[in-house]
Amino acid sequence: MSEQIIKLKDVCKIYQMGETEVKALYNVSIDIEKGDFVAIMGPSGSGKSTGLNLVGSLDLPTLGNIYLDSQDISHLTESELAQIRGQKIGFIFQQFNLIPNLTAKENVMLPLLFQGIDKEERESRAEELLNLVELQDRMEHYPNQLSGGQQQRVAIARALANNPEVILADEPTGNLDTKTGEKVLEFLNKLNEKGTTIIMVTHDQDLAKEHAKTIYSLKDGSLEGVYKRTGKSWKKL
Amino acid sequence: MKDYFLLAFNNLKHRGLRSWLTILGIFIGIAAVVALISLGQGLKEAITGQFSTLSADRLVITSAETGFGPPGSTAVKKLTERDLDVIKEVQGIEKIISRLLRVVKAEYNNELNFIFTASIPNNKEGAEAVYEAFNLKVEKGKKLEAGVKGKVILGSDIASSNTFDKKIEVGKQIKIQDKDFEVIGILKKSGSFQVNQVILMNEEDMKDILNIKDEIDIIAVQVSDKDRIEDMAEEIKRKLRQDRNQKEGEEDFSVQTPVQALSAINTILNIINLIVTGIAAISLLIGGIGIANTMFTSVLERRKEIGIMKAVGAKNKDVLKIFVIESGLLGLVGGIGGALIGLSLAYLTSFSANSALNTDLFKVSPSVPLLVASILFAIIIGIIAGLIPSYQASKLKPVDALRQ
Ligand SMILES: Nc1ncnc2c1ncn2[C@@H]1O[C@H](COP(=O)(O)OP(=O)(O)OP(=O)(O)O)[C@@H](O)[C@H]1O
Ligand SMILES: [Mg+2]
Repeated sequence: MSEQIIKLKDVCKIYQMGETEVKALYNVSIDIEKGDFVAIMGPSGSGKSTGLNLVGSLDLPTLGNIYLDSQDISHLTESELAQIRGQKIGFIFQQFNLIPNLTAKENVMLPLLFQGIDKEERESRAEELLNLVELQDRMEHYPNQLSGGQQQRVAIARALANNPEVILADEPTGNLDTKTGEKVLEFLNKLNEKGTTIIMVTHDQDLAKEHAKTIYSLKDGSLEGVYKRTGKSWKKL
Repeated sequence: MKDYFLLAFNNLKHRGLRSWLTILGIFIGIAAVVALISLGQGLKEAITGQFSTLSADRLVITSAETGFGPPGSTAVKKLTERDLDVIKEVQGIEKIISRLLRVVKAEYNNELNFIFTASIPNNKEGAEAVYEAFNLKVEKGKKLEAGVKGKVILGSDIASSNTFDKKIEVGKQIKIQDKDFEVIGILKKSGSFQVNQVILMNEEDMKDILNIKDEIDIIAVQVSDKDRIEDMAEEIKRKLRQDRNQKEGEEDFSVQTPVQALSAINTILNIINLIVTGIAAISLLIGGIGIANTMFTSVLERRKEIGIMKAVGAKNKDVLKIFVIESGLLGLVGGIGGALIGLSLAYLTSFSANSALNTDLFKVSPSVPLLVASILFAIIIGIIAGLIPSYQASKLKPVDALRQ
């Protein structure tokens, strides 16, 4: 049994909308091992993004506990959460979410800035990472001068800036065509091979089956099934 | 910290014209403050220059109608030697000088002008007191000493081509009330136009050409203890009233103390200052609201960006820093712009006022501390105006901020 990196215990996220309660997540318990490549699947509105945001400490659960590296993060202050996001987690979003006024390189340098790393080191690290995602000749370009696939690779470089233990990707290929999406997944695979845990929300079953090692299926805020890959075949737990 | 500045600066660089327009208030406010304070000091110097004769230990007694205007027109009772003797009885007088101040007909190079002429007392002490009191300096030639007759010295405007078409040099003759006088000196240009536009001549000469018997236009009294000056003014008034058999309030003479004159000037200057301060305060308030407004808009427009920054590890205080620096920089830009415009405005005003009035009284006194202070003030306004929006930005929950 390998090391656990993320654990959700009876996690609920309930939104109060006037009179009615929206149970975005209800009693979800999950264990994710270090080095896993997880795909979260499920219909629209099933709570995939909500779950990912909770793991990424962008949000706090209404009930239950979330452990990251066996630290309970479900009751931390915003400042402590920011610290965790900066140091342990890298985000990749469907809409890329690069800062439009900053160049590719500056975008990648940004997470390092908030960790108080000096400029020289930030620059060399950003250049190294953009090299890794094969954008060495696009460093000084602004996001609107890059294609969608290139922007998403910049976002990957940015997510990697602080050497995170976990990469969280919410439909990273959702805005890309199959071919560029495939390329993005290639990078995620490479990272995973080096030991980074990856959790990816996707609608694309083929993509999930091709790249992931574990698939969680959500429905109406509850965990419906967990699937594990052994070689080429999938087994429901 | 420097990096946060660069980040904030970068954000400003990419802002549209619309958000720059909102700092116009700061711009105008600072420009008003800088222009008016720069000019105000010049104005104050110009006005106090006019009254440089007023010093804290000097009283001026005139017949009631004269004041600072040209005497001799109205049939008012003039001061006389007798009044001089009455005043001399008051205790505590260090020096007493009587003077004549009249408009005379002066002719030079076949050109006629009417010019103020003031007398130089016939005794050495009195003559020196006049030079000292008006801070008279001779630029060319020499002083007109007590008792020297047939000679005059001229104010700088009289000698230059401002009054007569032809410049008057030392050694030339000028005809005053049909009598020839030799110009033996020309005064240095002074802050007071009264000094620049005067002819100084011997007291006896003046009585002679104007046919004056026993008249005095101004009696100046220097007191030995300036703390008692008000009491002495009262005492002089009382004695003159007694001598002339007048009731209080019916005097046909006036005793002017420096405090009265200076407080009148100060009142005017204070009113000017108050108006200026009011305009500036309103503009700065509007400027502050402008900055607050553009910062609020900016926070709304950049919700997503704030969310992204938080997602990559920005703490609340990091976001706060970036936004506060940004609004401070907005203030800085407004402040620098306003200070430059204000200074140019001051120079422009003083230039046009001086050329219109043909003087150089209105000086701009550009002060580095004033510029620095007003720019700092603009920064502070920017920061204060940006505090609430920045706080709001910093408190945004990352999930909410990221949801478009
Ligand atoms: N801030 C919120 N306030 C109220 N309800 C919310 C909020 N955020 C999410 N929800 C609700 O929670 C449920 C789960 O939302 P979530 O975004 O996690 O779905 P999802 O699985 O990511 O869907 P999609 O595939 O469309 O992205 C939805 O019903 C949604 O309406
Ligand atoms: Mg979603």
